[in-house]
Amino acid sequence: MPLASYQTSVPVVVDDAKCIADKGCTVCVDVCPLDVLRISDMTNKAYMAYDECWYCMPCEADCPTGAVTVNIPYLLR
Amino acid sequence: MALDQIVDGLSEVSCDVLVIGGGTAGPMAALKAKLKNPKANVVLLEKANVKRSGAISMGMDGLNNAVIPGYATPEQYTKEITIANDGIVDQKAVYKYAQNCYKIIEELDSFGIRFLKNENGDYAVKKVHHIGTYVLPMPNGETVKKALYRQLRRARILISNRYMATRLVKSADGRIAGAISVNTRTAEMLVIKAKAVILCMGAAGRLGLPTSGYMFGTYENAANSGDGYAMAYHAGAALANLECFQINPLIKDYNGPACAYVAGPFGAYTANNEGSRFIECDYWSGQMMLEFYNELLSGKGPVFLQLKHLHPDTISEIESTLHKVERPTRGLFQQGRGVDYRSESIEMHISEIGFCSGHSASGVFVDDNARTTVPGLYAAGDMASVPHNYMLGAFTNGSVAGIDAMEFADNHDFAEFDAADVAMERDRVMAPTKREDGIPPNQIEYKTRRLVNDYLQPPKVTRKYELGMRRLAETREDMQERMIARNAHELLRALEVQSIMDCADMAAHASLYREESRWGLYHWRTDFPEKDNENWFCHTLLSKQDGRMTSEKRAVEPYVVPIADDEKDLYDKQRIRASA
Repeated sequence: MPLASYQTSVPVVVDDAKCIADKGCTVCVDVCPLDVLRISDMTNKAYMAYDECWYCMPCEADCPTGAVTVNIPYLLR
Repeated sequence: MALDQIVDGLSEVSCDVLVIGGGTAGPMAALKAKLKNPKANVVLLEKANVKRSGAISMGMDGLNNAVIPGYATPEQYTKEITIANDGIVDQKAVYKYAQNCYKIIEELDSFGIRFLKNENGDYAVKKVHHIGTYVLPMPNGETVKKALYRQLRRARILISNRYMATRLVKSADGRIAGAISVNTRTAEMLVIKAKAVILCMGAAGRLGLPTSGYMFGTYENAANSGDGYAMAYHAGAALANLECFQINPLIKDYNGPACAYVAGPFGAYTANNEGSRFIECDYWSGQMMLEFYNELLSGKGPVFLQLKHLHPDTISEIESTLHKVERPTRGLFQQGRGVDYRSESIEMHISEIGFCSGHSASGVFVDDNARTTVPGLYAAGDMASVPHNYMLGAFTNGSVAGIDAMEFADNHDFAEFDAADVAMERDRVMAPTKREDGIPPNQIEYKTRRLVNDYLQPPKVTRKYELGMRRLAETREDMQERMIARNAHELLRALEVQSIMDCADMAAHASLYREESRWGLYHWRTDFPEKDNENWFCHTLLSKQDGRMTSEKRAVEPYVVPIADDEKDLYDKQRIRASA
């Protein structure tokens, strides 16, 4: 069966201006219990690659520059 | 090379004691094993990252079951937990916990984790349970994981993050020989030979589907997909009382605790839409959950946690805990809805089903030394059968497991396993990556968990269970024959859904076996609505025998602390009676 992609508005937002992933930081990617954050090949900044979030906060709490914001996933907001 | 790209690889390492799961019980087990024999190699394997994994990823607001001299005795605690679990308790393990947990509190204190003290310097313990006083707030509870991590580094525990264990391996004579795991970002496989293995893999929290429809909006950390239960089952270990589900009262939609344990001691309480109390006690028991369920359906719902009668300063104090520790996004959630606890009550609902001994009485069967029925295999924390464990139980029983496992490792050499078992497991793990076309794991998972809600959620109806098991079997066939994973991350989810499916099957099988109702809502069978002590005052043990799921009875061990006849049903009287 062919696959289609499914659009979803993701809860974790990264401020590219503050994110220092391009300088080698991977803190948010490292700490996420669900492993849903990645560093973009195009921008070299962190982003939420998979919408599988427990809105638990380590990514936001541990980010050294305050670039990460966790929102409540839309379906339960 | 890009993360998530699949790499074909298999390597092997060995250690004396392997601890699987770096949440709460696991770090303590690893630490105690290493301190027991500092020359030995202890590996702590974790699917996520030990720094922030498990149920206490963001810390914990308090101890829910602290047995502190001057406030409670081990005898009193053992009695209360026995009564709260309808008598189906092997008291030895509970009593041992109650005796040891104060030492663990002092140890945690020495790690820098602070507990609330009163002006005299004594622990300020609060009453939430029906009978005794065991709740101890943690003013800096957000520091728990960091404090533990420091200890692990200091003791030189070997930490392997982002490895998901998939199966255990055993020798021909049935002794534990190690575990097979897969890297969650590369799909490379790693076999870890070990003399003893401790499973600390948390609850099966991704079993039912939250009513919000968001698959990862579970009560438990959504990483806790029940992998430990599945691994123990396939290794032939017995699992106890799986029909005693976990179901909790939570903030509706947010699906986290409100939390009555924090707010209750300040004067908050659970009320119906008329503003009236309807339960005697906010402690989470199956009997309390049944009253909660009845109230929601009675027309007197919704059910609320009431705080607005409290002084604004008190509410601010409660908020400073609720919005900082354990589930800190609670504040964000309420803010988004414009709910201020000073003027509005918190709408509550009941959670999806799961397995978790943290709050119920099910799990991989262990004795008072945390030993499972497989020699050399241990279990602790939310997945082991010591009831109403909570965080302190995970620490205390993790400690017991670590010490006993190292003793076992010191007295045994490596057990030999069959290479064919590894080859077979490699084929199973990698199968979804070998298909060109098929069904993605998220769809298999959604359907499985939707079926769990439709057919397995209490009240448990035999006919519904039979239909549910047929539907689950069809979905399992799709999972085994047609599931695809296009990268390592999807493979992680594909492996997790196989654990979820195994847990769904075990939940169904165990529930049909016990032909009575017990533990309030947790095991309410409409076809057998009464408690039947004559035939069912026993544990049920589920295990894999000759490749088939089998259940049997096991007698409750003689009590260490006797329970008087007029105390036995104290937890059955949860509903507030109208006074004359």
